[in-house]
Amino acid sequence: MADWIVFWIIAPISVVAAGAMILARNAVHAALLLIVNFFTLAVFFLILGSPFLFVVQIIVYAGAIMVLFLFVIMLLGVDQPVPLTEHIKGQRWLAALLGASLVVEVALAVRLGIGYSHGRLPDFTAVNRGGNVQALAKVLFNSYFFPFEVTSILLTVAAIGAMLHGRRNIAEEETVDTAVGETAT
Amino acid sequence: MRTPISYFLLVSALLFTIGTVGVLVRRNALIIFMSIELQLNAVNLALVAFSRQNGNLTGQVLAFFSMVVAAAEVVVGLAIIVSLYRKRRSADVDDASLLKG
Repeated sequence: MADWIVFWIIAPISVVAAGAMILARNAVHAALLLIVNFFTLAVFFLILGSPFLFVVQIIVYAGAIMVLFLFVIMLLGVDQPVPLTEHIKGQRWLAALLGASLVVEVALAVRLGIGYSHGRLPDFTAVNRGGNVQALAKVLFNSYFFPFEVTSILLTVAAIGAMLHGRRNIAEEETVDTAVGETAT
Repeated sequence: MRTPISYFLLVSALLFTIGTVGVLVRRNALIIFMSIELQLNAVNLALVAFSRQNGNLTGQVLAFFSMVVAAAEVVVGLAIIVSLYRKRRSADVDDASLLKG
């Protein structure tokens, strides 16, 4: 019963925060609304019997990734005007139409797949025996050890790629300086 | 647990669609990027819901991997946005039209 109440409190907040996020003019407001959405998703993970992903969602998404986003927003400057005029005629209506049809399609797929009734769910306490983290670690390090190692390579490549993108080109810096009229530090 | 799993899937579908519409409509590169994050999170919710439905932890492991990939993607994507901004002095995706015919 408790999960039913929590779901109906959290689900509207989640959808409204996401909707307000794509309508926000200010990038900082969009980032804050996205953080609200991430917290609601963390609560969903808790309802669904995954306390580990609940914690990881808050630490990694709401903590690390959104701080990175806010850092870049501040770096680029928040006071630039964001025009909301559309360049392609009817782009918004087409996007809304496509979105509505996507929702209908997925709802039909869910209806055909598992249905909307209160089906009998398997006992999850047996799966999480000895703690969710221990059970996850057993699955991760027994069945998915190779993908886990590959993600370490992925993270290294991402770090090197970000470093190369962030590097300043000397020639480019000179042209920017003469164009904007800033003094080189 | 009284909430049917399909309700979580419907919320996930709604969030994914909102993210898609955001990518289609907005022109600020940062907000497009946030919409992509929203889509990734919606899929994570669907994965965890299916994990609960099937009674095993494979879905949660997959959601965990998807979080790692999302973190790597954010790092590279934001670096690209910063270097784009350094060249064009704007984070608007319409300004990056070098390949326009």
